[in-house]
Amino acid sequence: MTKIASLPDEMGFYGDFGGAYVPELLRPNVEELALAFKEKKNDPVFHSTYISMLEDYVGRPTPLYLSEKLSTKHDCTIYLKREDLNHTGAHKINNAIGQILLAKSMGKTQIVAETGAGQHGVATATACALMDMECIVFMGEIDIERQAPNVQRMEFLGAKVVPATSGSKTLKDATNEAIRYWINHPDAYYLIGSVVGPHPYPEIVAHFQSIISKEIQEQLKKKTGKSSPSKVIACVGGGSNAAGAFFHFYDEENVELIAVEAAGHGLKSGKSAATSILGTPGVLHGSMTLLMQDEFGQVTEPHSISAGLDYPGIGPLHAYSIDSGRTKSIPVTDQEALIAAQELTKSEGIIPALESAHALAALNSVELEPSDIVVVNLSGRGDKDLSTYLK
Amino acid sequence: MNQFKKASKQLSIFVTAGYPKLNSLNDQLNLLEANGVDFVEVGIPFSDPMADGPTIQETSDLALKNGMNLELLFEQLNERTSTLPLVLMGYLNPVLSYGIDRFLESCNRVGVRSVILPDMSLEIYERFYRDQFEKYEVFPSFLITPTSSTQRIQRISKVCKNSFVYLVSSNATTGGKSTFNADQAKTYQSIRENCGETPLFIGFGIDSKEKVEYVQEVSHGAIIGSAYLKALGLNKEKDFLKSIR
Ligand SMILES: Cc1ncc(COP(=O)(O)O)c(C=O)c1O
Repeated sequence: MTKIASLPDEMGFYGDFGGAYVPELLRPNVEELALAFKEKKNDPVFHSTYISMLEDYVGRPTPLYLSEKLSTKHDCTIYLKREDLNHTGAHKINNAIGQILLAKSMGKTQIVAETGAGQHGVATATACALMDMECIVFMGEIDIERQAPNVQRMEFLGAKVVPATSGSKTLKDATNEAIRYWINHPDAYYLIGSVVGPHPYPEIVAHFQSIISKEIQEQLKKKTGKSSPSKVIACVGGGSNAAGAFFHFYDEENVELIAVEAAGHGLKSGKSAATSILGTPGVLHGSMTLLMQDEFGQVTEPHSISAGLDYPGIGPLHAYSIDSGRTKSIPVTDQEALIAAQELTKSEGIIPALESAHALAALNSVELEPSDIVVVNLSGRGDKDLSTYLK
Repeated sequence: MNQFKKASKQLSIFVTAGYPKLNSLNDQLNLLEANGVDFVEVGIPFSDPMADGPTIQETSDLALKNGMNLELLFEQLNERTSTLPLVLMGYLNPVLSYGIDRFLESCNRVGVRSVILPDMSLEIYERFYRDQFEKYEVFPSFLITPTSSTQRIQRISKVCKNSFVYLVSSNATTGGKSTFNADQAKTYQSIRENCGETPLFIGFGIDSKEKVEYVQEVSHGAIIGSAYLKALGLNKEKDFLKSIR
């Protein structure tokens, strides 16, 4: 297998997955972006601005917390990477800050984004307020209803939240609308929220989230003397927190990488979002990846109790890594996630996001040895999910 | 022989297969042929048409609800009596799901000579699919925009020499408002020159007789999509066809 750190190729492919499947109308946009990213990626001044904003504004590094309760329960060593302690409450801000700096360097003044649960929308609206950018966020009409507090936060931050009323009115359609807006307003900067979309987005988002695994390495070294854990567990919607948590471990073969998929009502229920388990190769939102689709190649609407995980695709990086056996994906149902959320809240006093609760629940189905050092990426906090938890 | 080259001042209409009724297509083709349309673009409906505005999205959704799929589309095309040249237009995913070889073989069998798949970029075509297209003698057409570079236009027009180049009138999704003014005449002139022998058609946002005539002056013809589908949705397609002639 090709070393993942050396991917994607020039056209944005991770093996068979990725690429830029975009209409000619968007070609100049993605080319301009790829060029700008290539230039800034290794620019030390850009990098130090990004890092100092993460430190001083976002609150990084986030703690690597040894959970004694979980460690005792599972009879091994379990750390939680506390992305929930970031400003705005999730890992999404790492990417929003990185991309807004990129947008600024390109001379952009208007930002457009899609959001599902509203976490990426809030992170983007926050970054836009900070950097004096105009902000437009597309959000499915149904998600606007079920994630009302985040809509209010975005609006208070000065963003314009536009309901996506086409198709199934959720994240997939919000993404369609954001792409259409970008076609109609090529001067806008499209700030995508996960490791999905046409090249170079998956690479950009993975790059800006890779700070998570970089910190894990450093923190673990301090705490245990070893810089690599035996297992890293993260939930996957599009896959940005997982890409970040896995990134620096991809080429360390002794680190097991576990992507947790939302199985909704169960894998066989027809109501799930377990894309990497049930999906087949196809093209959506500008890249070749694994997709939930029907026999005619129409994209189907996934289900998860978590609005951040019900996306019918998965980042091409994950499609490749799972397909080639490097990353293992395991399913967790709505019910299992709810139980895990309650358990962490009661035992550790940490209310996790529903998305992150999927990663926690996976501890019950992964085989663990007493010598294991496991890092669970706690991608976000659960304030937004309280009404679901209290039901 | 390039079947899109025959005449100047051509008119092409886009209809979504399976809209408004599952079996509307062949009546539509006959109607368009009787009204002097030169060729028809048949839209393959897709759940996530990212380059399309509301009108084509809605027709696509309805066509899917009606039960349209590629298997059925090729059956309908096989039974058609219209002799108009056809272009299939749609997104890549349903085509890949059907199977690229099987799709191109079916196109060849029912006499469809050109295909436009907007999310199959020229680069993707050349890297993955060119051999199959050539094998089945199906010729892709590609989009260009008024801001495409000279180099890009020349490269695309070469690839499209057996089909045509599709110039979108402005950087927009389908069905938006297009405006044409004197400044653009020069742009179109130069694009046409850069296309060389390859026919050039202009579409996106063309909705009136004036625009059709203007576009026919500066290119080989006009392509109408959303405006026709809107009329079709109101059972006013015949009036519309009259109004643009
Ligand atoms: C807290 C949290 N975790 C995870 C996700 C899923 O996104 P990704 O798979 O890109 O990390 C979201 C998305 O909204 C989220 O809010």
